[in-house]
Amino acid sequence: MANVKITGLHKSYAGGVHAVRGIDLDIPDKQFAVLVGPSGCGKSTLLRTIAGLEDADEGTIEIGGEVVNDVRPRDRDVAMVFQDYALYPHMTVARNIGFGLKARKFAKSEIEERVQRAAEMLGITSLLDRLPRQLSGGQRQRVAIGRAVVRNPKLFLFDEPLSNLDAQLRDEMRGELKRLHQEIGTTMIYVTHDQIEAMTLADHIVLMRSGQVEQQGPPLDLFERPATKFVAGFLGSPQMTFLDGFLIRSSAGNQIRLADGVTVLPLPQGRKLEGAVDDMPVFLGLRPEHVTRSRGVSEDGLVQYEAKIELIQPTGSRSYATFSLGDQQVMAELQAHDVSQPGQQITIDINLGRASLFDARSERAI
Amino acid sequence: MARWKKRRRLPIARIVLLTLYMIFLFAPLYWVAITSIKPSEDYLAIPPVWFPKEPTLGHFTAALITYHGLTGLINSVIISLSATALSALFGTMMAYSLARFNTGGQHLSFWVLSQRFLPPIAIVLPLFLNYRYFHLHDTRTGMILAYTMFTLPVTVWMMFAYFRQMPRSLEEAALVDGCTRWQAFRQVAVPLAAPGIVAAAVFAFISCWTEFFFAIILTSRHAFTLPTVFRSFLSFQGAQYGEASALAVVSLVPSILLGILVQQHLVRGLTLGAVRG
Repeated sequence: MANVKITGLHKSYAGGVHAVRGIDLDIPDKQFAVLVGPSGCGKSTLLRTIAGLEDADEGTIEIGGEVVNDVRPRDRDVAMVFQDYALYPHMTVARNIGFGLKARKFAKSEIEERVQRAAEMLGITSLLDRLPRQLSGGQRQRVAIGRAVVRNPKLFLFDEPLSNLDAQLRDEMRGELKRLHQEIGTTMIYVTHDQIEAMTLADHIVLMRSGQVEQQGPPLDLFERPATKFVAGFLGSPQMTFLDGFLIRSSAGNQIRLADGVTVLPLPQGRKLEGAVDDMPVFLGLRPEHVTRSRGVSEDGLVQYEAKIELIQPTGSRSYATFSLGDQQVMAELQAHDVSQPGQQITIDINLGRASLFDARSERAI
Repeated sequence: MARWKKRRRLPIARIVLLTLYMIFLFAPLYWVAITSIKPSEDYLAIPPVWFPKEPTLGHFTAALITYHGLTGLINSVIISLSATALSALFGTMMAYSLARFNTGGQHLSFWVLSQRFLPPIAIVLPLFLNYRYFHLHDTRTGMILAYTMFTLPVTVWMMFAYFRQMPRSLEEAALVDGCTRWQAFRQVAVPLAAPGIVAAAVFAFISCWTEFFFAIILTSRHAFTLPTVFRSFLSFQGAQYGEASALAVVSLVPSILLGILVQQHLVRGLTLGAVRG
């Protein structure tokens, strides 16, 4: 059991790529932290530096209160699951799982017992005598997890462990990983580029961009109160739509005037606008769930709009309908059978109380 | 259907071509094998003697005993095997270091290979003089050292390519699992590179086994190798075809045995791990 504390971490590769640029993180004990971001944002490098597979150029890494910058990977007491599973092809499943214990000179009987227990936990007892190449992707993944679990380490590191699996298996394994974490309660750091994985698994999301932390916190905080336009756009599927416009401040109330110069959307009364000035260019961020079929009630922050549906994308449980709002495309979330034909005219509620606003220059939330 | 017809016609051409190729490959071998048991008057007889009426093993005894072929054979086996083992051992370690730690930057790996661009004549004289000075001339140790040095570049280069295409994550997993660098190398990298090591070792062995130039200059009466024995079959009395053929047959045996033993590894090793399981 251990917390992980990272202070001022920098890492560059030979060839001049500055992969990690000054990262500070504090992951409490027993937490499931997910490092998420687009490819090349430095999340894998950060994970590998925590594992000790890369050396930090600057800054410190503490695991369980001990600075481990100069500690060899084997002595950090962490376990890592790799994207390609990294099972030793020349060893059976049992030997793969027990390899770390053997390297640490555990007694043979102890190794056997622990391997058996890990295999039971992951439901792979029948596979123990097989070689990795005789296993399916999902089974290999389980073995890789077994190899990590069996050592009972202070910290688990996962480097995109599900990205090689097909969609169905990925959903299944996601659930199992979450259950595993609840069962053993060890601190986990998990890297992914998949925002759904991040949202579903994490207690704590660290969203990274170009080697820096863009925002971190509980998943729903990031989702509902994104600090930047990047965070807002990265989390959520379908993506948040960003409308170009200007913020109009007046004593009668604050409004957004969209880029067409005609469409005006009143902001709710109590909306705080930090550092905002009159007529500043902004992005209005709307998620599909902020734009729904009108319930016919008028509320503060709710704008009703007559929308002509241009495109319908049914997903089964609900449908996404696209329409134009002041020359810009917006996506609305509707009931599955609500609208069947493009061209239909319906009344839409736009919930500006939940919408996000970003300064168009700094792209930071207002 | 058209595809079927096309496919059915092919084997005839294939069989003819393959047969011609097999004749091209095996005719000389047959001639050597048969000459080794021919009585001397049949060597150059016209019409050629395809199979001697009175086969003899006399050439073998002459080649091995009278012409010291046996000593050459023993020397060759010891020198080639030792040099191959050393070359595989150090070559693998060196290649691993180049591939994983980028030892010597960008240029060392190529510099190693470039040793083989050097004509042997350029180094054989300094080597000869040094060997005289250090009493390595005409010793097996000297020959083993020379052959190790001489096969190392190719071994390193083959293993370098092999390690470079091997995913690092396996060794990294081992490091996190609890191995030292050395253990990760020994227990994970080396077993996985085994096909490559075998292929490189076979190459090294064949180079040593057939090497003539260094052998003739660096040895004389004690550490001489099998290829140098063939020199003695050309004499003022004429060429000893039977003895030469007999010794050729003897020198073929290890190569054939080796080929059969490591065939599977060799194919896997030469495709540089592309068919890894």
